Amino acid sequence: MAGGSKTFGPSVFQRKKGLAPMLRFIFGRLAVLIPTFLGVSLIAFSFIRLLPGDPVMLMSGERVMAPERHAELMHQLGLDRPMYVQYFDYLGGLVTGDFGSSIVTKRPVLDDFINLFPATLELSICAIIVAVLLGIPAGVIAAVKRGTWLDQSLMGVALIGYSMPIFWWGLLLIIFFSGYLGWTPVSGRISMMYFFPQVTGFMLIDSLISGQAGAFRSAVSYLILPTIVLATIPLAVIARQTRSAMLEVLGEDYVRTARSKGLSPVRVIGIHALRNALIPVITTIGLQVGVLLAGAILTETIFSWPGIGKWMVDSVFKRDYQVVQGGLMLIAAMIMIINLIVDVLYGFINPRIRH
Amino acid sequence: MKKLSTLLAATAIATLMAGSAWSKTFVYCSEASPEGFDPGMYTGGQTFDAAAHTVYNRLVEFKRGTTEIEPALAESWEISADGKEYTFKLRPGVKFQTTEYFTPTRELNADDVIFSFERQYKADNAWNKYVPGASWEYFSGMGLPDLLEKVEKVDDLTVKIVLKRPEAPLLANLGMPFISILSKEYADKLQAEGKMELMNQQPLGTGPFTFVAYQPDAAIRYKANPDYWGGKQKIDDLVFAITTDAAVRAQKLKAGECHLMSYPNAADVAELKADPNLHISEQAGLNVSYLAYNTLVPPFDKAEVRKALNMAVNRQAIVDAVFQGAATVAKNPIPPTMWSYNDKVEDDKYDPEAAKKMLEDAGVKDLKMKIWAMPVARPYMLNARRAAELMQADLAKIGVTVEIVSYEWAEYLKLSSAKDRDGAAILGWTGDNGDPDNFLDTLLGCDAVGGNNRAQWCNKEFDDLVTKAKETSDVAERTKLYEEAQIVFKKEAPWNTLDHSLAVVPMSKKVSGFVQSPLGDFVFEGVDIAE
Repeated sequence: MAGGSKTFGPSVFQRKKGLAPMLRFIFGRLAVLIPTFLGVSLIAFSFIRLLPGDPVMLMSGERVMAPERHAELMHQLGLDRPMYVQYFDYLGGLVTGDFGSSIVTKRPVLDDFINLFPATLELSICAIIVAVLLGIPAGVIAAVKRGTWLDQSLMGVALIGYSMPIFWWGLLLIIFFSGYLGWTPVSGRISMMYFFPQVTGFMLIDSLISGQAGAFRSAVSYLILPTIVLATIPLAVIARQTRSAMLEVLGEDYVRTARSKGLSPVRVIGIHALRNALIPVITTIGLQVGVLLAGAILTETIFSWPGIGKWMVDSVFKRDYQVVQGGLMLIAAMIMIINLIVDVLYGFINPRIRH
Repeated sequence: MKKLSTLLAATAIATLMAGSAWSKTFVYCSEASPEGFDPGMYTGGQTFDAAAHTVYNRLVEFKRGTTEIEPALAESWEISADGKEYTFKLRPGVKFQTTEYFTPTRELNADDVIFSFERQYKADNAWNKYVPGASWEYFSGMGLPDLLEKVEKVDDLTVKIVLKRPEAPLLANLGMPFISILSKEYADKLQAEGKMELMNQQPLGTGPFTFVAYQPDAAIRYKANPDYWGGKQKIDDLVFAITTDAAVRAQKLKAGECHLMSYPNAADVAELKADPNLHISEQAGLNVSYLAYNTLVPPFDKAEVRKALNMAVNRQAIVDAVFQGAATVAKNPIPPTMWSYNDKVEDDKYDPEAAKKMLEDAGVKDLKMKIWAMPVARPYMLNARRAAELMQADLAKIGVTVEIVSYEWAEYLKLSSAKDRDGAAILGWTGDNGDPDNFLDTLLGCDAVGGNNRAQWCNKEFDDLVTKAKETSDVAERTKLYEEAQIVFKKEAPWNTLDHSLAVVPMSKKVSGFVQSPLGDFVFEGVDIAE
C-alpha cells in the first residue's frame, strides 16, 4: 500500500506541512485502487464461472435441454466465446459504466443495484449506529471495571454475540418477539397496508415524505429485529476492541499524570484516554463494513429484506453471471472507497500515519 | 400536457392510497421473486403465479382444481378429422386492462393471439429478441417450433392453428402459462416508443388482476380488474409478499401478516395444523420421484435384475422417514390423480428374500453399484440423501454394495442424463399440464434417451403405445393405450418408483374460495376474505 508515495514527483508536494502530505497520501491511495479494482474484477469474473453448471442449464430445471438448443442459447448470451474475450468485453463495459443485464431477469444490473442498495444501506447504517453507541460504552466500562463481574459479564455477552450464528439468532428473535410476544412484525420493510412511490429508497425517509399516518412507525417497527441481528457481531467486536485499546491507554504515563493532577475520572477516561484509544477502534469500525455486508446476506434472507445481499445469493444459485460479477464489483468498489475514507480519517486523527 | 399527466399520476396514486385504508386486501406470502412479468420467457412457478395467473389469460385454461381443459379466451374450438387443424372461436367483448401506463382502445381479437404465438418462434418477429438474451424455453421445450405449421387469422374472432403432424396433448399445452395472450396494441405502442423492455416490467393482459407495482424482492401489488370478462373479484387488492425462507413464511402466516403461504417446511406442518386460526389444504401433487437405473449398462440391462433391486427396497420406510407421512408410495410413473392412471397394475412387493433369489437366478453376485442422490430438496423428494441411505441399507441385506454419490445441482442435472452414467439416479418430475404424455413420453420415450429419459430405456412396445396415444384425439382411446403402457413399464422396471408427494397449502381460516391446483400453481381468482 505504501508504494503509492512513489507515484508522484517531489516537485508538486514540496511542503512538508499543511495539506500537501495529506493530498499526496490520498492520491497515493487512489493510485493503488486501480490495480486493486482490476484484481477484483478478475476474481469476480472467474469466481462464478468456476462453479459447476451454467445459467442456461439451470433455466430448464429437470427438463433436459437439447444440446443444440443449449449451444444456441450459450451463443446468444455470448458465453461460448473464449474466456479472455468475455473478460475484456466485460472490462470494456465497466469502463463505460455498463454492468450488463441479468441473464435471468433481463434487467440492467446497475438499475437493480441502485434500486436495492438503499435497503441494505439503511439497515447497515442503523446496525452500525447501534453497534457503536452500545459497543464503545460497553468496552469503556469493561476496561475501567477490569476484572470485576461487570467486565466479565460484558465480555462474556460479547463473546456469545460474536459467535452467534446469524441465521439461528434471527429466527430465534422472530419466534420469540414476533411469534410469542407479538411485539414486532415478522419480516419485510413496512406493513403491506402502506404503499407509496420510492423516492430516496430509505424507508424511514420515504415513509415520512409519504405523509401517510402510521407509515413511519410501521417502518421503524420492521427495522428493529434486523438491526439487532445485523448489529450483533460488530457490536461484540467493537466492545472487545474498545476494551483492549482502553486498557492499553489507561496504563500510559500521561493518563497517570492526568490523574495525579487531580482531573476528574470522567475527564481522564472520556477525554485523555478514550480519544487515544479510539484510533484502533475507528479502524475496526471501518473493517466492520465488510462484516456488515456479509451479515446482510443472511439477515436480509431471514427478514425478507429486499437488499443486495439477498439479491446476490439468489443470483449465485441461478448462476446469473452478470449479476454476481457486477454486484461483486460494486460492493468491492464501495468497500474500497469506505476504506479510503477511513484511512484519510485516520490520517487526520493521527498525523504520524501520513508519513 | 406534462402538468396534466403529473396531475393524473398524482390522482391515481392518491386514489390508490386512499383505497388501501379500507379496501379488502389479500396478502399471499410467496416463496421467490418473479424472474420477470413476461410468462413466455420463463420457467419458474413463481413467475407464472405472479404474471400468468393474475394479469393474463390463455385461449383455454385448466378448470380450477383440476387438469381438465375449459374454454377461456377461446369460447369454443374444433379439431379437424386428421388432428392437424385447431380452429378457435374467440370470446367476444373481452377487454384488456386499463392501467396508468396504457389505455386500450379495442377489445381482444385474432391479432393478439397471433402476436402472442409468433413472437415466441418467428426469428424475424421484432419481439422475438426484445430484451437481451430473450428465449422461449417452454415454447421450445414443449416442441412447438417443430410442431407448428402456422397460426392464422380466419376473421377477427377466429384463429386457426395448423400443425405439421397430429398431437393430442396440444390443447393441454395451450392451457400452460407460457402461452398467455398479450395485447398487440400495447406491444405496438411500446415498440413505437422504443420501450419494448417494459413488456417484461409492466404487464398488461385480460386477467382478473391488474398490475400496479413491483418492488423488487419485496412485494408485487395488483388490484382487481373491474372489466374482467369473468366478473370482478371479491377482493380489491392482491399483494404478493415475497418471503424466501419457509420458516419465516410460517411465522408471518401465524402472525396474521399474510393470508396464505406457499411451500411450508415439512417440519412446520404439524405446528401450523395445531394453530386454531389456520386451515391446511392438502392435495396429492402431480409429481413422481424415482430411482432410474441405467438400462444401457450391465447388469442393469436385464429387467429381472432391476425388478429384484426394486423388491429389496422398503419404499414405505423411505416415505415415512423423508416425508413424515406427506407422501404416498408410487407404483406407476404417473400420479394417481392423473387420468389414465392404471390402478390395476400390481406393485412390486417388498421381499428381500425373493429379491436375493432373483439376483442369484440372474447370475449376479457381489453386485456393487452407485446411487446418485440429488443435492437439493424438491417437492417430490425432500431429502434424497436420506432416501439413498435407506436404500443402501436395504440393498446391503441382499448382498448389494451401494456407494452414494452426489454433485452440485446443475452438474447433477447434466451428468445424470449421460448415456454412460455409472449408477442409478434419484430424480423426479412435476407435471406441466396434466397430460399423461407429459410424463410417459417426456420421461420414458425413446426420443428422450440421453435427455429426460434418465433410465436410458428404449422399449419398442412401450414407445409404440405412447406415440400412438399422442396422435389420437379420442380420450377414451388414449386412456386405454396409456393403461397398457403402464403395464409394460411395471414389467420392465426401468425405474424404482419411489413416491408421489402431497402439496400442502396453509392459510388463514378467514380465506374462502381458494382452490388448490394439482399443477402446483397459486391462483387467486375467486378468493375472498372474511372481514
